[in-house]
Amino acid sequence: MSALDTSPPKRSNAFFSGLMRLMRDPMGAVGVVLVTLLVLSALFAGVLAPFDPAAIDVPNKLQSPSATHWLGTDQLGRDVLSRALYGGQIALTVALVSTALSVGIGVVLGMVAGFGPRWLDNLIVLSFDTVRAYPVIILALAVGPIFGAGLKTVIGILVVTSIPYYGRIVRTSVISASKADYVEALMAMGMSRVRIVARHILPNIIGPILILASMDIPVYIAAEAGLSFLGVGVKPPQSSWGLILDDGYKFIRQTYWLVIAGATPLIIATLGFTFLGEALRDTFDPKLREGV
Amino acid sequence: MLVYILKRTGLGILVLILAISSLYVLIQAAPGDPASAMLGPRATPDLKAAITEKLGLDKPMPVQVFNYLISVLSGDLGTDLKSKQPVTDTLAIHLPRTIELLAASLFVAAALGIPLGCIAAVRRNSLFDRLIGILSVSVIAVPAVILAIFGMLIFAAGLGWVPAIGAGEDDGLLGKLHHLILPAFAVGIGWVGYLARLVRASMIEVLSTNFIRNARAFGLSKNRIIYRYALRIAIAPTITVIGIGVGVMMGSAVFVEIVFARPGIGKLMYEAVILRNYPVSLGAVLAASTILIVATTVSDILNAIIDPRFMETGE
Repeated sequence: MSALDTSPPKRSNAFFSGLMRLMRDPMGAVGVVLVTLLVLSALFAGVLAPFDPAAIDVPNKLQSPSATHWLGTDQLGRDVLSRALYGGQIALTVALVSTALSVGIGVVLGMVAGFGPRWLDNLIVLSFDTVRAYPVIILALAVGPIFGAGLKTVIGILVVTSIPYYGRIVRTSVISASKADYVEALMAMGMSRVRIVARHILPNIIGPILILASMDIPVYIAAEAGLSFLGVGVKPPQSSWGLILDDGYKFIRQTYWLVIAGATPLIIATLGFTFLGEALRDTFDPKLREGV
Repeated sequence: MLVYILKRTGLGILVLILAISSLYVLIQAAPGDPASAMLGPRATPDLKAAITEKLGLDKPMPVQVFNYLISVLSGDLGTDLKSKQPVTDTLAIHLPRTIELLAASLFVAAALGIPLGCIAAVRRNSLFDRLIGILSVSVIAVPAVILAIFGMLIFAAGLGWVPAIGAGEDDGLLGKLHHLILPAFAVGIGWVGYLARLVRASMIEVLSTNFIRNARAFGLSKNRIIYRYALRIAIAPTITVIGIGVGVMMGSAVFVEIVFARPGIGKLMYEAVILRNYPVSLGAVLAASTILIVATTVSDILNAIIDPRFMETGE
């Protein structure tokens, strides 16, 4: 940029310089590559999948990998590669929607608890503690079938059980931020509490929260696969890595390929997002590292 | 301190009561009426009316919740629809197996994670440290269901080192332990990485404090300083996470129990859900939640004893 160039810097530059910083960390580079591959394969599953993921072809069931079926076929003769690609769509949908909802609701409740009246704080913290008293997978097994297995139930359970996690962190940050001099100054100036929290405290605490959220994405992906494996998650004919694993486990005496085909994308996804989250934290907020 | 312990225990009991009540309300609020859900395809109008009356489902919600709480607290969790025995009897068979598995998994996690984290901290930035760093992150990321399936394929089916299924119910102590090794690793290995990182971080902090510098100045040997003094302080944060750890491990235990066909709460629930055996699945959630609440309460109290600053923040 020349000295006379007064045009504002482009926003994308910030994105690319951030990406470059991330790629310098080997773990970050692996994470970015794996996650990009995963997102692209899920986005273009419709184009990439050689077969209809639900098309049944019983005569060709439980085949080993071949030129036609790169990852073989399952017990109904469905193409496993196509099912794995579509399974990626489900995994990413669950991860993104659950993260967005639980962070959004958790941040609002945490701020209300941290800056609202004392009785409301106590009430919210008590309800957080109550929800945290349920082990997630076991709760899902009990209530999943009652609400009907499926994508919505999986997301609902993950969101409800994650809200307290974000809520508590936001609450603690808001309480410590509200003791800062600048907040006292704003209060002395007569600014409303809602405005102080929304306009001044939130921007200060949201960065670390988003980084923690990115580190939770692999947890959601693993939970979706786990719940689908247990039969309380995504239902056939929809496709999920957990369902492929379940089929693979049931037919393990006939073929190993199904469990390998279900486990590989799941490992790539959880490792990729974990590496990315770790690198994001180390690059943009090294302070968070102490707590973990 | 005593006040804190009493307060924390009181909170634990309050949370337990709230957890039981919310679960009841949640299940009643579910679409479809619980009587038909409980009876499944066998539901006839007469049967439904009988169940509705027997369970008091026609009463107002607060009354129902109160009655349910009273019966739970007096140890009545209903009847196991499969065995026709009280649910508490069914739980009494399975609960100890899950607690065994959790204890063994915690042991695996601590026995491997603490030394690894300690060595990584002492040899900071060495190749070993970096390797442990990457391995820790990787094992934390891999879902328990995959560890269980591949653990069974490789070490039980492939190499034949350990039995593939069951808990060795008819074997002696050695047989039971032999059956426990692989499941305990499958549940605990993710926490090896977690604990290693935690101990590494706190060890680095402890090693930079003044009293360690003093000990060095007094000419104490390096090993003595690290293992006799520093490590004792550095493992304190691991107690903080036992509460969280038990919750996460209980989730992993479900998959491990199912894959290894090991009796326990997870496998019990899985089968209860398939058979629509609601009293058992509800009872199992309550039992699991109780374990979790006890674990978090105990770990909070231990934390407060180790570091009284914890009482103020609770974080």
